[in-house]
Amino acid sequence: MDYYLSDELTDIRDICREIAEKYIVPARAELDEENRFPREIMKVMADSDILGIYIPEEFGGTAEAFGGGAMALSVATEEFSRACGGVAVSYAANALGAMPILISASDEQKTRYLPDLASGRKLAAFALTESEAGSDAGGVKTKAIKDGDHYILNGTKQWITNGGEAQVYTVIALTDPSRGARGLSAFIVEEGTPGFSYGKKEDKMGIRASATRELIFEDCRIPAENLISGEGRGFIVAMKTLNRSRPGVASQAVGIAQGALDEAAKYASQRRQFGQRIDSFQAIQFMLADMATQIEAARALTYSVARMIDAGAKKYEKVSAMAKVFASDVAMKVTTDAVQILGGYGYMKEYPVEKMMRDAKITQIYEGTNQIQRAVIASALIKETAAGGN
Amino acid sequence: MRIAVAVKQVPDTAEVRIDPERGTLIREGVPSILNPFDEYALEEAFRWRDELGGTVVVITMGPPWAESVLREAVAMGADEALLISDRAFAGADTWATSHTLAAAVTKLGDVDLVITGKQAIDGDTAQTGPSIAASLDWPQITFVGKVRSIEDGHILAERYVEGGIEVVRSSLPAVVTILKDANTPRLPSLRGKMKARKLEIPTWGIDDLGLDPAETGLDGSPTRVVTISTPETSSDGEMHRGTPEELAAVLADLLLGEEES
Repeated sequence: MDYYLSDELTDIRDICREIAEKYIVPARAELDEENRFPREIMKVMADSDILGIYIPEEFGGTAEAFGGGAMALSVATEEFSRACGGVAVSYAANALGAMPILISASDEQKTRYLPDLASGRKLAAFALTESEAGSDAGGVKTKAIKDGDHYILNGTKQWITNGGEAQVYTVIALTDPSRGARGLSAFIVEEGTPGFSYGKKEDKMGIRASATRELIFEDCRIPAENLISGEGRGFIVAMKTLNRSRPGVASQAVGIAQGALDEAAKYASQRRQFGQRIDSFQAIQFMLADMATQIEAARALTYSVARMIDAGAKKYEKVSAMAKVFASDVAMKVTTDAVQILGGYGYMKEYPVEKMMRDAKITQIYEGTNQIQRAVIASALIKETAAGGN
Repeated sequence: MRIAVAVKQVPDTAEVRIDPERGTLIREGVPSILNPFDEYALEEAFRWRDELGGTVVVITMGPPWAESVLREAVAMGADEALLISDRAFAGADTWATSHTLAAAVTKLGDVDLVITGKQAIDGDTAQTGPSIAASLDWPQITFVGKVRSIEDGHILAERYVEGGIEVVRSSLPAVVTILKDANTPRLPSLRGKMKARKLEIPTWGIDDLGLDPAETGLDGSPTRVVTISTPETSSDGEMHRGTPEELAAVLADLLLGEEES
């Protein structure tokens, strides 16, 4: 389907596709097998100016050329995901880590951090999740206690994407334990700060090219000027960040699904059984038709939300959740069907679809499980209804 | 440091087919691309510009639509682009082409180094680079697999020649032709692409270069392509079946029989 992308967005798509074909596809099986972060590929993305596409020009990026940055991020993330969900999430998590700075930090903080993130000299990561704080962000236990012109951080963050690979971390911690979620604040923590170290590196089912690691804070002193927005604003910063980043997960899901459909359609056109190509069988044809239709619907919804954000919409929590939940469910279904179409070969590691199926699963889980997304959608719907409809 | 890179728009030979009746290339519907060797020439120019400072100007001679390869080069990182285009240049052989390109380099004025790809994949002559040097009366280093240094007005480069490596030092200005061993060409960047779309590319014709029509295009070309043909292909084959021993015997008879005749 032609989405009438602007010339500039078409440039992003073309460059990302070239990076995907020349660098990601040849490396993805090995990165997956070895659980290895794609440093060299991130460098290629940086050299191609792809890391700064959502960052405004005054802070070293090119967002204005694309009328914002949400659509730009969606297009780039989708193209990378089509080749490898793990590499793509390393890219997307970098944007997620930068997002609290981009949307809530002071100009002074933006000037200090964003240019290095736009150029790729540094990578970023977002640290909210803890062992007892997943869907319930109010369960955060990491504390940040004010001490003169510093805060002292203590606690452990878990499952942090780009953990150990990023140099700039946006961390949500409790400054006032008596106030629960309203006692949360957002901070910028730089790699190398005394008292900040990395813990366990996770061994995951999918997206294995991405780094997922614990962050450990032990009496870690950070300058008070690294507080984003203000004390008690952490929950709002985190929610704004996630609302903004959810179309990115949707794009990741669309990309993974598209990659799986590409493989399945190609295989079905070459594989012969009973003396004919298997794509001549209606059973296979209907599966491919459903896969393609679902992907197009997911993409259309995702692009619509991204365009809404770029147009300056203030309220997009509901549709952002819809895009994430719909696209990730599509990705899971389409990748499962792709494995089915490839049959025994699909189950083997020689073909990329089993990896795509493993990579797809996480999109239903992270950045808010699909159950939480449905709760968000339902709650918005109930509020709209009470207010007399939308 | 100002480096000029001469590039060529060529048909994508992976897509070219040959008309067996007429023995000519079927160019209709064949996409045009930047000559692959020229990507390495550009990358070498970018690397030295990035290290030493200065600019890279990319030049091509061709019809107006050859401009697309210039924009591709700008997307990769070229600072300026220049199209050499005129009806009077049509039908040029390598002599007339290099004579014309040399005139453009002279008009640019402050070029320290001209880099070209080893050869173009359509004509496969590998003559244009050396011939530009001859026309400018500059030294040339061809088949360069590695540029070791550019300093103190000299270039030191390794020529990958049959059976070994020849290390050559030359004063600048000079002309260098580049092999694929020299580097890994970079991908186009987003900023490069955005610049490439907007860049106004000047076109220089025969009057701009002050050339005589007798020394350009078909009139200025001493060589003529008489015919182009493809070697006859034969698809005749014989099928033999049997045990490995029997087949070996058949093969031996055939080979020995050929030797005897």
